[in-house]
Amino acid sequence: MRRLAALVPLALLTAQGQPGPKPVLVPDVSQRSIRIVYSFTGADLLLFGAILYPGGRLPRGERPVDIVVVVKGPTESVLVREKERLAGIWVNADQLRYRSAPSFYAIASSRPIEEIVDDKTRAIYELGLDSLQLSPASNAPSEQQDRFQQGLVELKRRVGLYYAAPRAVEITGGVLYRARVAIPARVPVGKFTAETFLIQKGRVLAAATTTVDIQKAGFERFVARAAERNSVVYGLTAVAISVALGWAAGLAARRL
Amino acid sequence: MDLYLPIANLSVNALVIVLLGGGVGLLSGMFGVGGGFLTTPLLIVYGIPPTVAAASAASQVTGASVSGVLAHWRRGGVDVKMGAMLVGGGVLGSLVGAWIFRLLQDAGQLDTVIAVIYVLLLGSIGGMMLRESLQAIGLARRGEAPRPAKRRHHPLIASLPFRTRFYKSGLYISPLAPLLLGLATGVLTVMLGIGGGFILVPAMIYLLGMATGAVVGTSLFQILFVTAAATMIHATTTKAVDIVLAGLLLVGSVVGAQVGARIAGRVKPEWLRLALAAMVLLVATRILLGLVWRPAEIYSVELA
Repeated sequence: MRRLAALVPLALLTAQGQPGPKPVLVPDVSQRSIRIVYSFTGADLLLFGAILYPGGRLPRGERPVDIVVVVKGPTESVLVREKERLAGIWVNADQLRYRSAPSFYAIASSRPIEEIVDDKTRAIYELGLDSLQLSPASNAPSEQQDRFQQGLVELKRRVGLYYAAPRAVEITGGVLYRARVAIPARVPVGKFTAETFLIQKGRVLAAATTTVDIQKAGFERFVARAAERNSVVYGLTAVAISVALGWAAGLAARRL
Repeated sequence: MDLYLPIANLSVNALVIVLLGGGVGLLSGMFGVGGGFLTTPLLIVYGIPPTVAAASAASQVTGASVSGVLAHWRRGGVDVKMGAMLVGGGVLGSLVGAWIFRLLQDAGQLDTVIAVIYVLLLGSIGGMMLRESLQAIGLARRGEAPRPAKRRHHPLIASLPFRTRFYKSGLYISPLAPLLLGLATGVLTVMLGIGGGFILVPAMIYLLGMATGAVVGTSLFQILFVTAAATMIHATTTKAVDIVLAGLLLVGSVVGAQVGARIAGRVKPEWLRLALAAMVLLVATRILLGLVWRPAEIYSVELA
């Protein structure tokens, strides 16, 4: 609970500057860091928190609120290629570069996001798979950019790195919420952010952000570092292992 | 049993990879090929990124060829002078291959080019083997002894300068011939993650005209060193060698190779060649279909 208490001022800060008493979000996350070790097959993040209303509870007569949680991986610059049929075979033809595509994007909400906010708000806060702002690094016609963006999102969705989970956020008694977001094994490493939005009548009343650090640990970290920094030693080790295993099997087979 | 691969950045079922290595090892022991031409496509089908698959498959071939080289060495079946020429060419070729790999990767055509090379290579060699093995089986059925083919090298090879004697191979040819042959297979080793045995062996028999007793041992000798060089090149340039993946493949394949070698002793060689030809053609057809069918993924994403 100390963590939770530490976040209150942050949450207060985000709600400041808005007129009148506004509800405040106090978010937390089940794991501040995820360590990728040999047995890693993905992880479940539990995002939970409280909605603090000025009067302690949802004012009478007010419309119920919605909670939207967005978990994003570190952004990366990507090159998207499109295959075309050329002389009977499918080859890469057009390409488009995006400067900042999230490596992971999951959106969980208490109701389908289209029912909660309008297109404009979704574009501003990047709510929903079709509202991502990927900043294409080209001046290709917008029709082509849309096509590539759809292709990119669809591809990421199919490998489980982008997804939307409408109705995955549970709100209890109007004041407590929780959502489970699955992190797949293919996840990239880096700083992840979990943004929580409190929305009422299509307006974002409060927002708060927590971070989750995903890193390789132990042997996996050692191997990934060795491959990157001591590539010659790493390569020699790989060759030595191959030769040793092959030799051992040959010797063993002669004895049998 | 799920295991996370630190370079491929994904979790795989370790047992599946070991069995995959074992299956390929079994075939490589039976047919005397490295099996890289099966490992790389199978790993890609399993979901391993193509670069990691090609880089890690090379080290599996290294392991599979070690015990073969030792066995042939003891029988005196390795022509070291010829092998050294092939290895020299192979190392040069793997550097060239790494350069082409990079070029194609930047142009976004790596996957297509690799697939096309696979189809052409496997298709033509598989076809040749199929014809040859069917002829041999036909002859055996009719009770005729196969006519021993006259051993001679290609006239083009004879025209190369600086001829020297290769005693174990029973040849008096230019060292440039094995150097160029090694170079060509070295390029393919880096690009495709294959040892190149199924190109080297026919080339050594039909182009160079080597004494058959030294062919397999010498080709394994070249494969051992060139796949090791290819692993080093991948480790330092693409940084895509996954040591965990390679280890899993190796454990399966070195065991499989020994079992395969025992099975091979009990089956008639022409039937073995027929089976290998059928398998090679099957893989070629599968890759060809992948090229001409509308792919499931029209878009591909890479970090840039």
